[in-house]
Amino acid sequence: MSIALLAGPPATQGMERFSAHQQRLGELPTASHLIDSIEQSTLRGKGGAAFPVATKWRSVASQRSGTPIVLANGGEGEPLSRKDRMLMEQRPHLVIDGAMLAAAAIGADDVVLYVGAEHTAAIQAMQRAISERPSTTRSKLRLVSAPVRYVSGEETAAVHFVNDGVALPTSIPPRPFERGVDGRPTLVQNVETLAHVALIARFGDEWYRSLGVGTASGTTLVTVGGAVPQTVLIEIPQGMMLADAVNAAGGITSNSDAVLLGGYFGSWVESGTAWGLSLDPDALRQLGLSLGCGVIAVLPSGRCGVIETARILAYLAHESARQCGPCTFGLRAISASAGRVAGLASTPGDLEHIQRWAGLLAGRGACHHPDGAAGLLASALRVFAGEFLRHHNDRRCSIVHAAAVAS
Amino acid sequence: MSDRVTLGIDRIKCDGHGVCADLVPELIELDDWGYPIIRAGAIPQSVLPHARRAVSGCPTLALRLQALAVRR
Repeated sequence: MSIALLAGPPATQGMERFSAHQQRLGELPTASHLIDSIEQSTLRGKGGAAFPVATKWRSVASQRSGTPIVLANGGEGEPLSRKDRMLMEQRPHLVIDGAMLAAAAIGADDVVLYVGAEHTAAIQAMQRAISERPSTTRSKLRLVSAPVRYVSGEETAAVHFVNDGVALPTSIPPRPFERGVDGRPTLVQNVETLAHVALIARFGDEWYRSLGVGTASGTTLVTVGGAVPQTVLIEIPQGMMLADAVNAAGGITSNSDAVLLGGYFGSWVESGTAWGLSLDPDALRQLGLSLGCGVIAVLPSGRCGVIETARILAYLAHESARQCGPCTFGLRAISASAGRVAGLASTPGDLEHIQRWAGLLAGRGACHHPDGAAGLLASALRVFAGEFLRHHNDRRCSIVHAAAVAS
Repeated sequence: MSDRVTLGIDRIKCDGHGVCADLVPELIELDDWGYPIIRAGAIPQSVLPHARRAVSGCPTLALRLQALAVRR
């Protein structure tokens, strides 16, 4: 399904070249009144936090401490997400258009395109796209490839890497919009967000709003994985029901008890609830949920939610930048206890500990890494409550033991 | 600075010495790993001198007094 960002040639044709891009969409319009138009569009950031884009641009533009700069964030660290790298591979010129418009709107001279070093196809497409641009545009663009790490896409980490070569979060204040790249006010904006801007600038906020279902506006990229035929990137109208998005990705390949919404920083949702969810940022927020960076992962019937959660927590503990105590030691302890519970080797107190620690980490790191992990754990403790007890008290796993009997 | 202040902490600087929890237990307790958990909200006037002592006594200069933010 391709409706806005992915309209145009199919993914199998690779990147859309500059000539084709211009022929299809026309010249880049000016950025006059663009921030107002973005505000009217209700566009929110697509990196995970869903912050209102117009508000962010205004706060950078209003700084008086130097010429602003744009950092287009393509440092996609979430293991379940592919949308940013695939967007850059297929539509690099939309990203560049959006970044140039952002620069014009906030009074920036330069743009840093920040891409994960492991996303080699995305880097190649972006490099080629830059080379296709006229020299006046090219001279403003700088491509920076960042090391492979979960936290390296966090906005202060991205700024830190561009400045000092260290892709680790820094303490706030100052936030990047106050003092970021080269000490300048810095707009850190996800690449998908910028691509949406490139279309809103051309077709207007009314057009963008009309793309959504019901009261929702616009479209969003989602990576659908797990119990579907294959992991795929699709573009959906916001407000679409989750079941329809999964069907658009090929439908489920097994029964499923739960869906992981939003990726490793997201939440488990019981499938009975999940299928009927409206994929609209505002509606989800009211339920304490978020589409995060656009991940929908359907838990296959042969997989145990407790084991999957322990695996994710082990990953997040390993990926901690190890700069802040509660994250370094708290995540390590949670991961160890959850690992024992998952492996049917829990010691007395393990489950009580992780229940208490899940509520103890939010807001206690320089970045939101511990918050994300704690949120995921809290949702797992709700959705897989019975299975956690079975693992901990009876040392039995419904899935593993059912499989053993069946074989 | 107004009288609506709270304690802020630089989590990267904090090494979990725990001095702050000794000096102002009304506002700070330590978690299972020795790192401070700060009570939310404005600091009561009566506790403010102790909070100031905790700020100046922090071995890593991680603790600060800051205006109570509406949103941060």
